Amino acid sequence: MRREKLIAVALAALALTAVSGLAVITAFIFKEGFPLMVKVGFKEFIFSSEWYPREGHFGIFPMIVGSLAVTAGAMAIGVVFGVGVAVLLTQFCPPRLVAILKPAIELLAGIPSVVYGFMGVVVLVPFIREHLGGSGFSVLAASIVLGIMVLPTVISISVDALQAVPRPYYEGSIALGATEWQTTHMVMVRAARSGIIAAVILGMGRAIGETMAVIMVAGNTIALPTSPLSAVRTLTSNIALEMGYAAGDHRAALFATGVILFLVIMVLNTAALALSRRRAKGAR
Amino acid sequence: MRRIGPAHTQRLAVGFMWTLAALTIGVLLFIIAFILWKGLPHLSWGFLSESPRSMGREGGIFPMLVATLYVAGLGVLIAAPIGLGTAIYLTEYKREGRLTAVIRFGADCLAGIPSIIFGLFGFVFFVITLGMGLSVLSGALTLALMVLPTIIRTSEEAIRAVPRAYRDVSFGLGSTRWQMVTRVVLRTALPGITTGIVLAVGRSISETAAVMLTAGSALGLPRSLFDSCRTLSLHFYILSREGLSMTNAYATASILIIVILAINLLAYWLMRRFAARVR
Amino acid sequence: MLRALFAVAVVALAGLCSGCGDSKGGSVSVVGSNSIHLFAEMLAEEYNRSNPGVHVTVQAGGSTAGIQAVLSGVADIGMSSRSLKPEEAARLSVVTIARDGIAIIVHPSNKVTGLTHGQLRGIYEGKTTNWRDVGGEDGPIRPITREEGSGTRATFEEMVMGQARIAASAITQEASGTIREMVENDPGAIGYLSVGLVGTKAKAIAVDGVAPSHENVQSGKYPLARPFYFVLKGRPGEAAQRFIDFVLSPPAQQMLEKEGLVRVK
Repeated sequence: MRREKLIAVALAALALTAVSGLAVITAFIFKEGFPLMVKVGFKEFIFSSEWYPREGHFGIFPMIVGSLAVTAGAMAIGVVFGVGVAVLLTQFCPPRLVAILKPAIELLAGIPSVVYGFMGVVVLVPFIREHLGGSGFSVLAASIVLGIMVLPTVISISVDALQAVPRPYYEGSIALGATEWQTTHMVMVRAARSGIIAAVILGMGRAIGETMAVIMVAGNTIALPTSPLSAVRTLTSNIALEMGYAAGDHRAALFATGVILFLVIMVLNTAALALSRRRAKGAR
Repeated sequence: MRRIGPAHTQRLAVGFMWTLAALTIGVLLFIIAFILWKGLPHLSWGFLSESPRSMGREGGIFPMLVATLYVAGLGVLIAAPIGLGTAIYLTEYKREGRLTAVIRFGADCLAGIPSIIFGLFGFVFFVITLGMGLSVLSGALTLALMVLPTIIRTSEEAIRAVPRAYRDVSFGLGSTRWQMVTRVVLRTALPGITTGIVLAVGRSISETAAVMLTAGSALGLPRSLFDSCRTLSLHFYILSREGLSMTNAYATASILIIVILAINLLAYWLMRRFAARVR
Repeated sequence: MLRALFAVAVVALAGLCSGCGDSKGGSVSVVGSNSIHLFAEMLAEEYNRSNPGVHVTVQAGGSTAGIQAVLSGVADIGMSSRSLKPEEAARLSVVTIARDGIAIIVHPSNKVTGLTHGQLRGIYEGKTTNWRDVGGEDGPIRPITREEGSGTRATFEEMVMGQARIAASAITQEASGTIREMVENDPGAIGYLSVGLVGTKAKAIAVDGVAPSHENVQSGKYPLARPFYFVLKGRPGEAAQRFIDFVLSPPAQQMLEKEGLVRVK
């Protein structure tokens, strides 16, 4: 019995370490970043387009728009390809092929972001420059690279959602005379709706958080992007580019950017959580 | 207007989805083939065992392999027991309530936080405030914090997936809680837990920005925990950005890809092995 | 099997820790300018080889990052390709280890062979947008700049831009290598980097009529010249001082000259 008690205490200690470690990070980021947002003013920080840290101007609006633009583009690819492939894998793909495709897609997830960025620079950017114009370093390039990077996330969670749909739904629909495709898009996808949306939301979270690949292909200008071919800088790129040398208010501004990202992820996660709860309830 | 029949629609839809899948796999194959095609010819035993010379234009990547092993390995070594222990505690020892829900939500959120934020924290907290400097230790601690939430999450999911009946039977046979946890729950959840840890290793190896700002980018072999070092993915990044030796860059990328492939295969094999044992 | 893995891990860790004690003794940490770090790395490699007891490590991060690192104690020596600001100079000292020019590079096919100060500023301000306006063929100009913490950028801003800001729409890259690569591949691009890093493909153009040749940089005729500094806080430690002495010695200066820099000794 004594040993059991000791083990319980040890585990509790580990849990406490984990929780305090994570709490310290959260507290640190807010402590370093929040005062600056107050000092500069929330409206100025979020809506001003002047990012000139050496002169004391901390407006991250262009970076916010940059992150949104790049993420939106990435999700356009992520949703179409991700949900499409997930549907294929669960409804129309023979098991032998699934055994090959699924690990292959997981492999996509393992490729380092710097390799994706590199391929973007070597293949995608010149292509865009020669055939579409501009310098090639653009929202478009970043969207395509990010879109590919979030595919494994979207696919695997959508597959889980589709596989969780009770078999009777499928069989009932077929029994009523529907084709597999009609069953898929009218019944299965509908039933897995919350899970698929959760997959997309988590994919969005990944896209917003990506740094290295974006730095390599997006151009990193501090101007507001005006078209998909404009170069752009995202919130995460901004942090990565400047944190090595930022000091004082400048560094605090980067932490403040971190606060914004933190809040965004929190909102996205809450939404995804609520959706999967609804899915769990609906399946009853 | 002639309507397209349902069978025809199905064929179109399925055809479209197969195209999407083909494109997806095509991209994957293209990336791997491109890197390996350009990099494999330059790989040699010498490349793997020598140190870089002349700004990385010549020589090999031995210190980078060691650095990656130390930083990523130490990071996961720290995070895995803490993460697994936390998951076990949350599911088996603590009653389900507000606190556990909050911890779970917190872990979920932090699993989604961009890794650059961990890098920023690590740089200011470990490197500067705690005075560890750009070092293996700073890098490993930062990576540990980064993968901790993911390990907690995946371990927890794996443990919760173990049917309740298993636990009840174990208690019914007179086991203590810890015996039940180790001999029944963990055995069953092992595939999922292992996948989580392997994913963490993969993520640590691929991480670049956070490592650059905490472990630094020194070319030499790290002789202690407090030496700065350069991991493999960071070396590839620097080589490709400085443009001094594209052949070495491709070769480094090839090693990276091969390592990732190996880890994925290992994960796959481990999962099947553990899943088979559970039968 | 898990037990075996665990044992291996512990042994490896022990191996690392065994070096814990003696690492601080003979180690010198050099951090800073992206432009300087490649050359410093080369020198450190040579120095480490002939002085096995000492371990000099060099890393990049940008001039400002290097200065910060010395100020906070993270580094022993900082590398800066710009001069110190007054508040920095109050607490730090510098040693000039070489001189370098900032080359302005364009695509090899670009017809332009030289620009004036004013034209260069107009381009980077975003006011001049077509190559036609500065003597080239019709086509958009795409200026590329380094990140804000870069010493090269700071020097460029000081010498060329003056009070004007670099255009917000200028593409920013965090390494000279990518700037060179971008310019080599994009006919409309223009960028600036260290003379020693121009390479063989990009075309370095004349500024105010003076070409960025080695002689012109050395004699001071080329207008965009700047010193490379080692930045120190107070008196350097013994190991650091010995490395600095090595960098200023003739063989080391010769190495730097071979790479395209201008020696100071």
